[in-house]
Amino acid sequence: MYMIRWITYCIIVAGLLSGCGKSQKLVDIGNEKQILHMANGDEISDLDPQATTGMPEWRVQLAVFEGLVARDPQTLKIVPAVAERWDVSEDGTKYRFYIRESAKWSNGDEITANDFVQSWRRSFLPALGNQYATSLYVVKNAQAFHEGKIDFTEVGVKAVEKRILDVELIAPTPYFLQLLAHHSAFAVHIPTIERFGAIDERGTKWTRPENFVGNGPFVPYEWIPTKYIAVKRNPYYWDAANTKLNEIKFYPIPKYTVEERMFRAGQLHITYYLPRDKLEYYKAKNDGVLRSFQNFATYFYRFNTTIKPLDDLRVRKALAYSVNRQQIVEYVTKFGQKPAYALTAPDPNSYVPEAKMPYDPDLARKLLAEAGFPDGKGFPKLTIAFNTNDEHRNVGMAIQQMWKKELGIEVGLENVEWKVFLDRERQLDYEIDRASWVGDYLDPFTFLEMFTTGNGNNKTGFTNAKYDQLIRASSLEADQVKRMGYFQEADKILVDEVPILPLYTYHWNRLVSNSVKNWYDNAVDYYSFKQIYLE
Amino acid sequence: MFMFIVRRVLQAIPVLFMVALVTFIMIRSAPGGPFDEDRAVPPEVIKNLNERYHLDDPLWKQFLDYISKVVQGDLGPSFKYPSHTVNDLIAAGLPATLELSFYALVFALVTGLTAGIIASLKTNSMQDYIPMSAAMIGICMPTFVLGPILLLIFGVWLGWLPVAGWGQIPGDKILPSITLGSVYAAYIARISRGGMLDILSQDYIRTARAKGLSTTRIVFVHALRGGITPVISFLGPAIAGLLAGSFVVETIFQIPGLGRFYVTAAFNRDYTMILGCTIFFAFLIILFNLLADVMLVWLNPKLRQELEARG
Repeated sequence: MYMIRWITYCIIVAGLLSGCGKSQKLVDIGNEKQILHMANGDEISDLDPQATTGMPEWRVQLAVFEGLVARDPQTLKIVPAVAERWDVSEDGTKYRFYIRESAKWSNGDEITANDFVQSWRRSFLPALGNQYATSLYVVKNAQAFHEGKIDFTEVGVKAVEKRILDVELIAPTPYFLQLLAHHSAFAVHIPTIERFGAIDERGTKWTRPENFVGNGPFVPYEWIPTKYIAVKRNPYYWDAANTKLNEIKFYPIPKYTVEERMFRAGQLHITYYLPRDKLEYYKAKNDGVLRSFQNFATYFYRFNTTIKPLDDLRVRKALAYSVNRQQIVEYVTKFGQKPAYALTAPDPNSYVPEAKMPYDPDLARKLLAEAGFPDGKGFPKLTIAFNTNDEHRNVGMAIQQMWKKELGIEVGLENVEWKVFLDRERQLDYEIDRASWVGDYLDPFTFLEMFTTGNGNNKTGFTNAKYDQLIRASSLEADQVKRMGYFQEADKILVDEVPILPLYTYHWNRLVSNSVKNWYDNAVDYYSFKQIYLE
Repeated sequence: MFMFIVRRVLQAIPVLFMVALVTFIMIRSAPGGPFDEDRAVPPEVIKNLNERYHLDDPLWKQFLDYISKVVQGDLGPSFKYPSHTVNDLIAAGLPATLELSFYALVFALVTGLTAGIIASLKTNSMQDYIPMSAAMIGICMPTFVLGPILLLIFGVWLGWLPVAGWGQIPGDKILPSITLGSVYAAYIARISRGGMLDILSQDYIRTARAKGLSTTRIVFVHALRGGITPVISFLGPAIAGLLAGSFVVETIFQIPGLGRFYVTAAFNRDYTMILGCTIFFAFLIILFNLLADVMLVWLNPKLRQELEARG
C-alpha cells in the first residue's frame, strides 16, 4: 500500500518535471541571431593587452583589438589590418606603416600613427609591469627606455605623419611583423586610459565594458566574472561591413567535462578543449565536430645540470636515450601527440629540427656504466617533480618505469602545487621537472632563445657560449636560410648537451559545431572573428 | 535578548581579527607569489609589480595597512583580476551563491521536514524505512557524484533541464539547487524525525490524542514547534556550509558564484582575494549562527527565561 503511494508521488514529481519540456538550445538561438557561444578556458584576468599574458585573454583581445597587421587564420601569413600596407628598408631594419584612413576607435575617434607611438611608450613604462615588454626590445633603444636610461624620443618609433608610422629596429628581425600581430603590440586608446587613472597604472576601470574603447571588430558590452564576457559588433570598425557575427559570448569554463556536456546539450558552439576519455567517442561518431590539430608547443623535462649526478653529460644522455617517446604518446597520453626528439616544435612550412635525440637503451646503459653506475648500482634516487595534473603524473610514471627497466635506477615522483613548483624551479631547487613551452610566433627563436645563458626561462643551469652566439647571430641575420641553419645548429647543441629531455609536440582536440563557418584551428591559436559566421 | 545580541556581536570582532591574522600568516608563508608564471617574469617587472601593490613593505605593515582598509570596507585590489577589486568580485559572485544556497535550503527544508515528519508518524514501518533509507543515501552521496548523475539523466538523456548556466535558460537553477540541497535535506529529515519522535512521546501529545484531535492538528499545532527545534539549531551551520560549500556545485554547473573565486584565489596566490573571501565567509558564518541562536531562543521559552534571569 505504502509502496504504491510512494510510486504515485514519484510519478507526480516526474510529471511536474516533464512540464519543463525540452530546454531551449542556445546554439539554435545563436545560429538564428548570429551569436557565437564559445568556451574560453579560464576567467580572463583583464582586457588590457599590455598587462595580460594568458590564452583566454588573448582570444577576447583578438575580438576587441586589432594590431597594425593580422594573420590569415588559415595560412597564418601576415595580412594588413590597421596598416593597409608597409615598406621595409633593404637592410630589413626600417619599417614604414601606412595606417588606413577608415581605421577608427570604437568611440569614432580616428586611429593615428601617434596612437601606436603612445601605446608602445606605455607598454615600456616600467611601472606598468608589462610581462611582454622584452619582446619588443628589437625596436631601437626600447630596452634602454624600459630600463629608465633614456627619453622616449630616442626610441625607434615615430609618427612621421598623421597616418605614417616609422619603426627602426636594432637588427633585421624577420619575425618582426609576427610580433606586431601579438597583443603586446596592439594600440590602446590613451585618452580613455587616462580618464580612469595614470597611464602606467594597472587594473583601472578602463577595460570595463561601460568604459572600454578598442579598435577590433567587436566591442565588449557585458562582463560578469565567471559567467561570461559578451562582445557585440563595433559599428566603427573599418571592415564592419564584412563582419558577420552580431555577438560573441566567451564563457570561462575551467572544467573540460562541463564544456563537453554543454556542447552536447546545445549550449556551446565551440569548446576550449576535450576531455581525454571522450576522444575515441567523437572519433567513432565522425560527425565533423571533432577538430584535431598540432600545436606549436613542446612538452619536455628539465634536468638541473648544476647538481650531481646530473652535471655529468653521460648521466643525462643515459636518462634521455632510454625513454621511448613513441610508447608514451601511443599508450599514455593518447591524444594525438607526436614524439619530440628536439626542443623546437616543427612547423612544416618553415622549420623542422633535423637533430634527433636517439632512443638507444644499450647505449644508455653503457653511458651510465661509464659514469660510474653500472646497472644503475649506486645511482642516487632522483625525483621527477610535476605540477598537479593526471597527465603529468601518468607520463612521469611511464618514464619512471622505463628508467627502472632499462637502467635499473629508481626515481621518485613528486606532485607539487603550481606556485610552489614555479618557485622551486626558479631557484633551481629540483632535480628533474616537467615543463612545456608554447611558441608566441612561428619562428624557432621563440623556443631556442629560452636556453641562452642567463635567460629567465632557462632554469636548468645550462650554459654554452657557442649556443649563445648562434642565437645572437640569428637575430642579426636577415637571410632566412642562414638563420634556419643557425637554429638547426642550436637545436643540435641542445640534443647533444641534453639540458632537457624533449618528449612530445602538443596536440589539441576540441569540438566545433557544424553550424560554425570560417573557423580555422591552427598551431598558434589565432582566430579572425570577423570572418566567422553561423549557419 | 538585546544584551545577548550585543555580547555576541562584540565577541565576533576578535574572532574576525584572528581569522584575518591566521589567514594572512598562512598565505604569506606559502611558497610562490601572485606574479609567478610559467614564463619567467623579468625581475624588474616583478619589482615594479611588488612596488605597485606594496608587497615590498614589511609584512606587519602590509597586514596593518590591510586591516585598516578592511575596517573602512575596502578589501583591496585583486592581484589575479587587476581591473576588479575584491569588493567587486564578491559583489559579482555573491548573488548567485546566495540564490543557489537559498533554493538549496528551501529544497532541503521542504523535502527534509516532510520526510522527517512522515517517518516519525509511523516508526518501523515502510513509511519510516523508505524516507530514512533515502536520507541515508543522501547523506552518503557527495555532490560531485549526485550532480553529474542528475545532469546525465535530466539534462543529457531526457533533455528536460539545462546542463549548465545560471539564469540564462529557464530551469537552469533546478538541478544545482537539488544537488546542493540534497545532503542537507537528508540531515534535516533525520534530525526532524528524531525531534518529532521525542515530542510525540510527551504527555501533552498523549493528552491531545486522548481529547480526540486529528493527527494533522496534533502534528502542526502541538508537535511541530517543539519537534523542529533541533532543525533550527542545525540551520546556522547548515547555511554556512551551503554558502562555503557551493564551490563543487558551482563548478559542476558552471555557476558564476563566489566559491570558484575563493578556491582559485588560493591557487593563484591572490592574497587579497583569499583574505577578503575568508573574512567575508567568517562574517557570514558568525551572522547565521547568531541568527539561528536568536531564533532558538525565540522558539524556546525555557532559554528565554534563562537569558532574562542572567540579564
